[in-house]
Amino acid sequence: MTALRFSIALLVVFGTSLALAQGGEDKRRSGYQDMGAALQQMQDDDTANPGMLFVQQGAKLWEQRVGAADKSCADCHAAANVSMKGVAARYPAIPPGADKPVDLEGRINLCRVDNQKAVPLPLESQDMLALLAFVSRQSRGLPIAPPDDSRLAAWREQGAEIYGRRQGQLNLSCAICHDDNAGKKLAGVTIPQAHPTGYPIYRLEWQGPGTLRRRLRNCLIGIRAEPYPAGAPEYVALELYLMDRAKGMVMESPGVRP
Amino acid sequence: MWSRHLLALALALAAPAALAQEIVGDAIPKSLTGQPGDAARGRAIVANRSVGLCLLCHSGPIAEERFQGDLAPSLAGAGTRWSAGQLRLRIVDGSRLNADTIMPPYYRTTGLQRVARNFEGKTILTAAQVEDVVAYLVTLKD
Ligand code: HEC
Ligand code: HEC
Repeated sequence: MTALRFSIALLVVFGTSLALAQGGEDKRRSGYQDMGAALQQMQDDDTANPGMLFVQQGAKLWEQRVGAADKSCADCHAAANVSMKGVAARYPAIPPGADKPVDLEGRINLCRVDNQKAVPLPLESQDMLALLAFVSRQSRGLPIAPPDDSRLAAWREQGAEIYGRRQGQLNLSCAICHDDNAGKKLAGVTIPQAHPTGYPIYRLEWQGPGTLRRRLRNCLIGIRAEPYPAGAPEYVALELYLMDRAKGMVMESPGVRP
Repeated sequence: MWSRHLLALALALAAPAALAQEIVGDAIPKSLTGQPGDAARGRAIVANRSVGLCLLCHSGPIAEERFQGDLAPSLAGAGTRWSAGQLRLRIVDGSRLNADTIMPPYYRTTGLQRVARNFEGKTILTAAQVEDVVAYLVTLKD
């Protein structure tokens, strides 16, 4: 092998995503690519994207002093377009001093409780969605970049295991739809590859915004499986697996979905 | 007489949601209810997205349902390809024929994981509904 070929091989192995390393072109598609032009345009145009209302609301909350500490997010983090850039692209992660991963909602609530000395925001509440949308917006256009933290491996594996396991009265797994049948039509709806690129999203069917957890819960309900309870670690495990699977794909938050 | 009633009552209370069916070859030759099904009701079940769910995955000659699936073969001609007994087994539990099938087991309650509380212990279709669907499918001659 010539030195050049060897270094190209090295580059291929270490420098690019798993899909590329396995030899083909990257076949991963965001749900965005399966939407019609009108919806894509709605997502791309800030004045038309309904998710932007939540981003704006979040920008206000970012500045608002709350809790016994009477501190706002901005008091600690200053300008979000600097301090929050890339954050949503790497969560779930294990916060400093902790031993368990949390997703972005969990991280926001850690700041609420530890730093603002305030009560945690209820998961998926309007204020939480607004802060999520605002923080995630700061990662728009950046590649999904899960942290290189070996402690996450066990949780990712648990996520992969749940993803591949049949469950519910319909006896289906995430993988059956999103790996084996992605791109096909489920009652007229194109099955996406389930990449968490757009979250939190504004979903037309919900007529409102929603988290990735809400999306996962919907899929579980669809196969008539018992959804995991709201704060369950299973969601964080699934999110870790999905983010890893979508590594390098572009963040779209706030996404729009049908 | 009494004891037969008691036995029936005990069976009903123990309620194995799916009654045992006799499989012969790749078919369940006998009606699950002992009665023939009703093809018109069967068509409605197949067409209904939250009852039969069939058109999530299959397409079929049901023109008024515009949104049909393409994860599975078309139901058109099912009655030419299969007998009533063969169709019955495929609906009751397709995994008896293909362990990896993605088609849900419509009349089985065992071996399922984490079934939602409101569906726990229940079959997707009742025995009578399975018979209605079979009665409809056998009419689907190409
Ligand atoms: C029976 C098929 C089916 C199963 C099983 C299923 N899903 Fe989905 N999923 C869909 C469809 C169809 C959509 C998109 C259409 C919609 O909005 O319902 C979707 C959407 C998604 C999305 C959103 C993608 C985007 O672009 O926003 C994610 C993430 C997802 N699913 C993850 C999962 C996970 C994780 C599981 C298992 C716990 C799962 N799904 C099980 C059919 C399924
Ligand atoms: C989640 C997907 C799914 C659903 C829902 C589903 N099926 Fe199927 N079905 C399949 C697949 C896939 C096959 C192909 C054979 C296999 O994989 O076992 C199949 C096979 C069949 C066959 C044999 C096909 C042939 O002609 O060779 C019949 C008949 C059938 N299904 C009827 C139904 C009916 C009736 C319903 C609803 C009561 C239904 N299916 C619901 C996925 C599904």
